[in-house]
Amino acid sequence: MLGIMAACSVEELLAKAEQEEAEKLKTISVQKELDLDFDVGNLLACDKNRIESRDFKEQKKEDFLRALARDNTQLLINEIWKLPTERVEEAIVAKLPEPATRLPREKPPPKPKPPTKWEQFAKLKGIQKKKKTNMVWDETAKEWRRRWGYKRANDDTKDWLIEVPQTSDPNEDQFAKRVHAKKERVAKNEFNRLKNIARAQKIKTPGVGLLPRTKQSKDELSRAVSVAKTSTASAGRFQDRLPKEKPPKNAGKRRKFEPLIGDFSSEKQKQLELLKVMDSKRPKLDITKAVNKQMREEDREEAASKRKGRKGGAAGRPKGKGGKGKGGRAGGGKAGGGGKRRGKPGKR
Amino acid sequence: MAHSDGITKPKTRRSKRFLETREPKLLENVKNAMIMKGGNTSQTVTQALKDIYSLKKPNAVLYKKKNITRPFEDSTSLEFFSKKSDCSLFLFGSHNKKRPNNLIFGRLFDFHVLDMIELGVEKFVSLSEFKISKCPEGTKPMLVFAGEAFEMDNELKRLKSLLIDFFRGPTVPAVRLAGLEHVLHFTAVDGKIYLRSYRCLLKKSGCRIPRIELEEIGPSFDLVLRRTHLASDDLYKLAHKQPKALKPKKKKNISHDAFGTKFGRVHMQKQDLSKLQTRKMRGLKKRKGEVVAEEEQRSEPKVAKTES
Repeated sequence: MLGIMAACSVEELLAKAEQEEAEKLKTISVQKELDLDFDVGNLLACDKNRIESRDFKEQKKEDFLRALARDNTQLLINEIWKLPTERVEEAIVAKLPEPATRLPREKPPPKPKPPTKWEQFAKLKGIQKKKKTNMVWDETAKEWRRRWGYKRANDDTKDWLIEVPQTSDPNEDQFAKRVHAKKERVAKNEFNRLKNIARAQKIKTPGVGLLPRTKQSKDELSRAVSVAKTSTASAGRFQDRLPKEKPPKNAGKRRKFEPLIGDFSSEKQKQLELLKVMDSKRPKLDITKAVNKQMREEDREEAASKRKGRKGGAAGRPKGKGGKGKGGRAGGGKAGGGGKRRGKPGKR
Repeated sequence: MAHSDGITKPKTRRSKRFLETREPKLLENVKNAMIMKGGNTSQTVTQALKDIYSLKKPNAVLYKKKNITRPFEDSTSLEFFSKKSDCSLFLFGSHNKKRPNNLIFGRLFDFHVLDMIELGVEKFVSLSEFKISKCPEGTKPMLVFAGEAFEMDNELKRLKSLLIDFFRGPTVPAVRLAGLEHVLHFTAVDGKIYLRSYRCLLKKSGCRIPRIELEEIGPSFDLVLRRTHLASDDLYKLAHKQPKALKPKKKKNISHDAFGTKFGRVHMQKQDLSKLQTRKMRGLKKRKGEVVAEEEQRSEPKVAKTES
């Protein structure tokens, strides 16, 4: 008896347990004709079931929509809860897969850049990039300083003394030379960078002539015009000129040499004239012209140095002084000759 | 110029970072939306634009001034704005007698218009009219599309893709389970599209998965489809092109059979079979002494026979 009763109660218990489970599942299960399409990566669910217009119009719209939304959201949540979870700082987090819906990009994908001249060479030789440290030990300051930038180690520009090397001109300005060399290096680097870009984009850069969009200077324009003019079949001899354009200075051949055995009489004449000039003891140098030229040069240099002095005091001053000194001395040779003669013009 | 091809280099770190965020990348940024008004707007339209802006914050910009342009005729000013503010989605609201309460949703590819869909607002209930606490700004919403029209009709398919693009927010690798609060539900019925926005409450159910209860918080729109300007097929395909680097690298030489066993091929060089290393049994080894014994054995039985 007891056994049978026990068996009955066990069965009852089991039945009860099943009922309870079914009830639990009832709360989260949703019946749908067609399964929804899920894209959990985007938290997206698409319901393809037909919505009967009759049902829609019968009930109040909002309630119908709300019920539909509740069902669909329940299914989506069921899907999301199937994902693997982990605990991140007191919050349970579900790892989302990649989004499955293909959506258009914002911008086209980046094109791989062609390697620069140096990169090609490095690849060829197998040169690897070595990471350099930011800080370098500076002997003079006895501390660690950055490799480049503000207060760098072994700063070249801060030298107050530069030894003049054996091979160079003692009157040359070494500081100016350094500054000039640096400017050249910077310009060369920039030029190479632009060449790399032009090569990457396959833009043709003209060897002689004008680049588009840069500010053209007067000489560049005139040079471009003259090159264009002479690049005709007859080397520009029959090209029309603009009303105020001057004829080109070095027109035609650069130098004309007399043939070795040519006109004997003219050769004789030339030689006799030369002897006469050498004999005349008159100065070949036009004194006034030379002096005026020298004065003009000096004025120009003074103006340039004044401008430089205003722009960058210390750097400009040695340069200006150096430049001026050079100009002064070079002109001095001429002026010395002219000046000497100036003092005594009519003696001879 | 910004994407200057390197000719004008940025002079500060900050400007360099700014340009880097804007240049084309393998994995793209979140799409920003620009929300703007047309020449004439009604109260409904301005309120609608403000509400969608609050849904899309912080990945949206709301322009205050009116722009007298017609996107369907001339899209150059839209493209100019998108270039300046780096936005690839736009929402243009306008109102006139012929098209009252008009909203144009659109997206751009490479700063040129890809798709534009015009929707008319028939009924609109604003955010402020629902007196319930809202979800915090920037929550990634769950999107649900209901109705077979979204699969059948070509234009509605594009509209679905555009709405996903518009509302989906940043792509994240993981999501906090308790933070799944916002649901945007789109229903296509009877030629109309109903947008409802709910806040979902996760109630205790018997098991691990919670039961959902919804309460309506957000703006609700009853939209009707008007004009569309969809991209041509090849432009659409071009916009979807993914760079090769993003594709997962396939491991070669791995195959699976019906039972799921993993197979791979091992390629060997040509082997000299005579010099193969096999199992050696010492007892069976032929020794020199044995050979002689065998011969003897052979001769012995003969001898034994004659004896017996």
